[in-house]
Amino acid sequence: MATTSPPGVGLLKGLGVTIKQMFKPAVTQQYPHVKPDLPPRTRGVIALMDENCTVCMLCSRECPDWCIYIDSHKETVPPAKEGGRARTRNVLDRFAIDFALCMYCGICVEVCPFDALFWSPEFEYSEYDIDKLLHEKGKLREWMDTVPPPPALDEGADAPGEVATAIEKANQELEAAKAKAAEEARAKEQGEQAPAAGDAAAAAPAEPEVKAGEIDQETFDRLIAEGKSERIARSKAKAAYVKKEKQRLKEQAEQQAAAAPAAEEPKVEAGEIDQETFDQLIAEGKSERMARAKAKAAYVKKQKAKLRAEAEQAGGGDAVEAPAAEGSGEAAAGEAAPSAAPRKADIEVEGAGEIDQETYDALIASGKSERIARSKAKAAWVRKKKQEQMDAEGDA
Amino acid sequence: MSIAEMANAAAGLAQFSPAPSLLEIGDSFWLSAVLKIAVVLAVFFVVPLVVGYMEHKVMGHQQARLGPMEAGPHGSLQLVADGIKFIQKEDLIPSAADKWVFAIAPGVAMVPAILIFLVLPLGPGIWGVDFELGLFYALAVGSVTTLGILMGGWASANKFSLIGGLRAAAQLIAYELPLILAGIAVALQAGTLSLVGIVEAQSTFFIPGTEINLWYLFPQILGFGIFFIAAMAELARPPFDMPIADSELVFGYMTEYTGIKYAMYMLTEYAGMVSMSALMVVLYLGGWQLLPGVPMPGCGGSGNIFDCNALGVGLGVAVTLGKIMLLTFLMVWARTTYPRLREDQLQRFSWLVLVPLSLLNLAIIAVAKGVF
Amino acid sequence: MSDMSTRETVMPGTAPGEDLLIEVTGDGDFQTADMQLSIGPAHPATHGVFRIILEMDGERVVDAHPVIGYMHRGFEKLAEHRDYRQIMALVNRHDWLSGFSNEMGVALAVERMLEMEVPERAQWIRMLIAEWNRILNHLMFTGSFALELGAITPMFYAFREREDIQHMLESATGGRLHFTYNQVGGLKIDLPKGFLRRSAELSAITRARLQDYKDLVLGSDIFQARTVGIGPLSTDVALSYGVSGPTLQATGIPEDSRVTEPYLKYGEIDVPVPVGENGDSFDRFYCLLHRIEASLDVIDQIHDHMPSGPVNVKLPKQVKAPEGATYVRTENPLGQLGYWLESDGGRTPWRLKMRTPSFSNVAVMPHLLRGTLVPDAISVLGSVFFVVGDIDR
Ligand code: SF4
Ligand code: SF4
Repeated sequence: MATTSPPGVGLLKGLGVTIKQMFKPAVTQQYPHVKPDLPPRTRGVIALMDENCTVCMLCSRECPDWCIYIDSHKETVPPAKEGGRARTRNVLDRFAIDFALCMYCGICVEVCPFDALFWSPEFEYSEYDIDKLLHEKGKLREWMDTVPPPPALDEGADAPGEVATAIEKANQELEAAKAKAAEEARAKEQGEQAPAAGDAAAAAPAEPEVKAGEIDQETFDRLIAEGKSERIARSKAKAAYVKKEKQRLKEQAEQQAAAAPAAEEPKVEAGEIDQETFDQLIAEGKSERMARAKAKAAYVKKQKAKLRAEAEQAGGGDAVEAPAAEGSGEAAAGEAAPSAAPRKADIEVEGAGEIDQETYDALIASGKSERIARSKAKAAWVRKKKQEQMDAEGDA
Repeated sequence: MSIAEMANAAAGLAQFSPAPSLLEIGDSFWLSAVLKIAVVLAVFFVVPLVVGYMEHKVMGHQQARLGPMEAGPHGSLQLVADGIKFIQKEDLIPSAADKWVFAIAPGVAMVPAILIFLVLPLGPGIWGVDFELGLFYALAVGSVTTLGILMGGWASANKFSLIGGLRAAAQLIAYELPLILAGIAVALQAGTLSLVGIVEAQSTFFIPGTEINLWYLFPQILGFGIFFIAAMAELARPPFDMPIADSELVFGYMTEYTGIKYAMYMLTEYAGMVSMSALMVVLYLGGWQLLPGVPMPGCGGSGNIFDCNALGVGLGVAVTLGKIMLLTFLMVWARTTYPRLREDQLQRFSWLVLVPLSLLNLAIIAVAKGVF
Repeated sequence: MSDMSTRETVMPGTAPGEDLLIEVTGDGDFQTADMQLSIGPAHPATHGVFRIILEMDGERVVDAHPVIGYMHRGFEKLAEHRDYRQIMALVNRHDWLSGFSNEMGVALAVERMLEMEVPERAQWIRMLIAEWNRILNHLMFTGSFALELGAITPMFYAFREREDIQHMLESATGGRLHFTYNQVGGLKIDLPKGFLRRSAELSAITRARLQDYKDLVLGSDIFQARTVGIGPLSTDVALSYGVSGPTLQATGIPEDSRVTEPYLKYGEIDVPVPVGENGDSFDRFYCLLHRIEASLDVIDQIHDHMPSGPVNVKLPKQVKAPEGATYVRTENPLGQLGYWLESDGGRTPWRLKMRTPSFSNVAVMPHLLRGTLVPDAISVLGSVFFVVGDIDR
């Protein structure tokens, strides 16, 4: 099986390989001067969102090497309403993970039903003493700031389970809304506007596809040329873009009616709960877990309702505009369009790498590790930017 | 009387007049001795470190790495840091070891490596002594190093060390012969064993019937190849590093050594690389001559490379060091590229290939010398 | 003192109560005995805590006794007290260079017991990651075998390639070695966006870089001098010891579960199986290197086949395999991996027996080592590819 080349040729070829490599760039990563760029799914450390933890003990029970330590006590919550029943709930006293034992399997994160545990790519927590690898609640909470958002899925992927269910539900609700909208339109316009209304209702779900961060370059350039400030120009251009996009989407609305909510739903943040409902349920004496779950559902419902209302408003505006019968159509559309854009969560801030220097310095000064400070500062920057954009939208 | 004259007189070689070293300070025996020792020690301690750093970096980049980067700018002080680390380390002697032999073995290996530098001409006038038997001396003293290795391997009371030491001894016997035979061919062509004399002979060697000056590399390219391979084998440099063979023998004869003694072995190896390269520079690459047939700036004398002023001396030393670097680079390059041979293959290669070839080389040179 | 005597050596033997007997010949001061050289448990050539005692006459190996068990972690017993999700995180550690393939074996076993229909996409993704895992594993041995023969550079090149691949796999699985990406019924989560594009890119890059290994190692005269004809293994002996994987393929038979007993979707694509001739160290390495190429071919085909859809099925809260038993064999990077899963219907297996390739491959070692020289012994040790954790479990 040996090669047939004359003796020595193999030796020379080998020399060629090494000398060629010598003039290519090295692949060494200059850690710790340059931090590695780790993917968001990296299992670096487990972060705890202790507000979410209900002390259900699932994680600690499922952990293959039992390295999660949880202590809690029961607290009695006085009845919220007169005559209500006082209830008990679990209060988390201690939550610790022994990273000397942890095998980084991810089961705890996977089983936690309340989204209290997350993986973070943060890895710089090695210690000289194995005892020091036992990290408590406070430290685990700090790591929460380094948890990146999950990456987008592959094009061929199905939506994840909870999203899929939500989509299904939203679809049903949408059908109902559509029918209702059509009916209303029919009633209002006495039949003659029916096709337009149908169109409009269909356009509504397509709304969220309009990307909030985009601007209409033409409008922007025109406004800049007109001497408007960049900020104003940008926000107006954004509104114009949304309007245009909507126009375009209306054409495809029929096909997209089903697909659109998929993009819409995930925006309802899964972890949030509706505080009002929660308090009410707790007061009613429901268990905390139940209350939380219901509150979560309530939140999702409310959020969805809000979105739907927005959508309908926008759609209604268009519907009126379409026949151009009433003068108010223009105005309604004008109002509706921006309403789709500036929800805080939707604003995409460019330049994810930026940090808020002020926050950063303050944190460093307070003795935080550089990495933590950086990630917090990053978050602060994003927050600021978002606020700025919101303000800009408001101005417009 | 200089050291060289004393030595030559002792050897009954009074008729040989050694080329004067620039390191002689007047007639003061002691002052010049101290200066020479200082120069030799400086070369012994500094140049191997530079070679070691070069090896780190070259190996790094050939392996898609950067090599040392932290100690000093671009890691240039890495070996100094290593040296300090070795000094701090605990000096362990295995309880079953032959303590005295174990303790002096690294010294036995290192001292000859220093002594070689005494005769190596590094530039015009920059040499310790010009022995008439310089080449003989260099090769003879160089092989004593192996004794230190064998001692260390034996005294460690460790089977891996023992095998390593025995391999080193076997390797020395096998490769000393082609090394010497290749060297003899050069001495034959030059008509002298003095290293300075060989450099001079190269600067005045012309292709017969022409005015073209050549180094011995060209007529003796075969001899150079043999000498280079044999030198690598003698130094136990990869791909001939069977005495160490870390994947087989853990670390061969050095397995039980720690701290400063280990550092002495390592320094010996790198000093060996430098002295062998310097020897090759003298024998085949025209010593401190810049290019064949090109007079050195600032120099006169025979072949235009002796009787130099400060510029010529500085340039000469720089040229020699540059050539040494080039040769050690080749050794490093071979190290990154090749797997290790097997001991018996190595022996066979020596006795069945290198020895006959070096005899052939010798014969060719002898005939050529007779004809022209 | 008698002319011929035997005595027990100070060396502990291969098993308790079985100390090695060494023949001592000669009289008085001239007694000679074969030298015993203990390679391991901590020795550079064993990459792990594996020990092999060589009886030597000079540098020639008279006999060899592998001593295993230094890394015994009781996987089979541990598995009896873990539910299937936990087992998934456990088994990717016995052969730590083939984590994904190990998990997949268990998942396949449980799915077979449950007669569960695994979504198509999950099966293709499993194949994709398993092949990348195979390449990771083979690259590691490409580097380490060369390193054992004294060539340092291929190791660094192998790690250069491995780094790129691991980074890609990390983006999907979150792990670099212990992927924990399988679950009963599919995968934990779908691939992230851009994974398939990166995978196609890396496939081309890795393929191009393989030429470096061919020039630097396979084609090198010194490498051939060290490996051709060293430790030849015949097909019969190999089969009688249960040797599998590249070590078996080097003896000339294209046995590969992916071809002979296809699982997942391997039946739908073309899996090349490189074979050797003599079963010597060179052939073993030749097969190893060409298996990387074969895996790249498979990966390219998988890219063309990748369907869309879900990657897992909805599971009950507690996965319980029904009562019964099954045996699943898969082609792990190092050879045939078998899981015998026996369940009494509970949440943990009643018995999980592992048939690991490294164990059988190491068993043939004494046969190969007898009569070789120490450097050749290393060449054999490095080319009968094994992972210590996979031997001891
Ligand atoms: S990652 Fe696994 S081992 Fe670590 S705490 Fe979570 S469940 Fe336990
Ligand atoms: S599973 Fe989640 S909610 Fe339950 S105890 Fe663990 S962290 Fe808290």
